[in-house]
Amino acid sequence: MATAISNNLVYERPKGFTETPTHYCPGCTHGVAHHLIAEVLQEMDLIEKTIGVAPVGCSVFAYNYFDTDFVEAPHGRAPAMATGIKHVLPDRIVFTYQGDGDLASIGMGEIVHAAGRGENLTVIFINNANFGMTGGQMAPTTLPGMKTTSSVKGRDVETQGFPIRMAEMLATLDGVSYCVRRSLHDPKNIRLAKKAIRMAFETQARGLGFSMVELLSTCPTNWGMTPVDALKFVEEQMVPAYPLGDYKVAASVAEIKI
Amino acid sequence: MTRELWKGNEAIAEAAVRAGLEAYFGYPITPQTEILEYLSRRMPELGRAFVQAESELGAINMVYGAACTGVRVMSSSSSPGMSLMMEGMSYIAGTEIPAVLVNVMRGGPGLGNIAPAQGDYNQAVHGGGHGDYHNIVLAPASIQEAIDLTALSFDLAEKYRMICMIILDGSIGQMMEPAQMLDMRPIQRKDWDWATNGKMGKRERRVLSSIYLDPAQEEKMNLRLLSRWKTIQREEVRYKEYFLDDAEFVIVGFGTAGRVALSAVRQAREKGIKVGLLRPITVSPFPAEAIEQLVGRVSGFLVTEMNSGQMLEDVRLAVKGRVPVEFYGRMGGVVPFTEEIMHEIERITTSKLSATSNPREEWYERMVGMR
Ligand SMILES: Cc1ncc(C[n+]2csc(CCOP(=O)(O)OP(=O)(O)O)c2C)c(N)n1
Ligand code: SF4
Repeated sequence: MATAISNNLVYERPKGFTETPTHYCPGCTHGVAHHLIAEVLQEMDLIEKTIGVAPVGCSVFAYNYFDTDFVEAPHGRAPAMATGIKHVLPDRIVFTYQGDGDLASIGMGEIVHAAGRGENLTVIFINNANFGMTGGQMAPTTLPGMKTTSSVKGRDVETQGFPIRMAEMLATLDGVSYCVRRSLHDPKNIRLAKKAIRMAFETQARGLGFSMVELLSTCPTNWGMTPVDALKFVEEQMVPAYPLGDYKVAASVAEIKI
Repeated sequence: MTRELWKGNEAIAEAAVRAGLEAYFGYPITPQTEILEYLSRRMPELGRAFVQAESELGAINMVYGAACTGVRVMSSSSSPGMSLMMEGMSYIAGTEIPAVLVNVMRGGPGLGNIAPAQGDYNQAVHGGGHGDYHNIVLAPASIQEAIDLTALSFDLAEKYRMICMIILDGSIGQMMEPAQMLDMRPIQRKDWDWATNGKMGKRERRVLSSIYLDPAQEEKMNLRLLSRWKTIQREEVRYKEYFLDDAEFVIVGFGTAGRVALSAVRQAREKGIKVGLLRPITVSPFPAEAIEQLVGRVSGFLVTEMNSGQMLEDVRLAVKGRVPVEFYGRMGGVVPFTEEIMHEIERITTSKLSATSNPREEWYERMVGMR
């Protein structure tokens, strides 16, 4: 059966990306998050003046994929490094890309204080409820009852504590201008995530202060699930525990039209 | 040439500003807090970056980030804070970028006290952070030297793309002395071919990282650091000699311990005792060759430190057991008096010393007996 081939290009690799193939596991949404950032940087024409800060975690090699300058931070310290960069080059766009082990565990101090100071930075926070890179240990974001290699019977809140909700927590800080949670589990939510990432970079580009987008993500490998089941897990288990929404949108940010 | 009265910590801060410091990040800790306080006023008035970080971890990583852009960056701290900075220092070493750090040492370990000490010698000179790397470490003994070495530290850091550390003890940080301040130098942003300051339509992207997953690549990088270090050992050794021409005994001491030793040497000379002083200014690279050259001419060495004999081991390595090396140290923030060192000079010049004895053990026995 012959099909008409359209000459209209509907999709291509965003200019914000290099040609390096990513190393992420099949079904991992790190790649989706990367794609959205690359698209936004291209759409906003920010590639030339952006400096990224990569974390320690599965996205440690993020610097290979974005066609921007990049530095590699020690585990958890990306917000401090980004602070240093932004203070000497205030006209550049500086963003960190961090996992939940990186941002909510070892780097809790750095993120809270960068947010508290109201640094004019953008933080993309990947919440996949575990430490992916080191083989799936419990993270501060691991759900109660969720099995990981260091909570083999399921996280017991009596002995292992409760999950930490970063978006809610950081939204209480006066220094924060834009703080939202989105999810990457289906096309609709991915589109909403992209819009949020765009708003976060717009916030920074206009000098309006600290912006963070938390993205609920999958880790099929360490969750021991197929990619499809992992997406279902995000929708059915993670979204109820980590409600999607806008936790803080400063009045100045709310006025931005995109 | 105008000399003004400067307090050590403030002199370092102003010297850094005049040497082109574009960003300072720090956290308060006695006895170096004046550096942070001074720069909190001075940097903003010049339109330069200043952030009081939430911790030394925050501060060193702000330094790390800003240094990646190729500007002159500095932080300062004192012993417990320096320990926290070790993680970032290792990353800066691994990424091969320049930064200047000042450690105004105090008594430790642990929280210790805020009195002057030199207990961080090993941490500064022989490591600190993880991995196989070196820092250039400068040890001033006066306010003038602190000023001059601050300026030099930025040049050395940039020349070799590594950390240049200034270690001094609390007494130099806190004391006031007349000194000549540097002239203000204009900020010259150099167009480094490694700096991650945004492509800005001019070039390909750059990445700064310390990851070498392939062990062969990591080894290659380690060898690169080492070969750079060999150049530094050849070209950047600095020390001061006092009364060495006809000296029969030589004291080796850095910073305040060297300064007190100099007073003792002067007293000894008045009594006709032929003793001289070698004061390392670069404690890393260590002036081992200068000490080796003295070995054939002198009948022994006395190492004085405000620790339990950390630099002593570097001196012993250079002397290689060929002549006696004696040791006198005070710890915990106790600064030795001139008389104490004078007493040591008299002891070594009148007793029969052995080149194979263990100076640390013997010093320890004397210290315990003294209690
Ligand atoms: C100081 C330090 N501690 C521990 C580690 C080991 N480590 C590497 S990645 C990681 C967890 C990362 O998890 P997360 O931030 O959630 O990212 P993910 O891999 O899930 O994307 C840990 C503990 C390290 N590299 N450095
Ligand atoms: S381990 Fe998990 S987070 Fe890491 S790449 Fe694989 S799926 Fe993604």
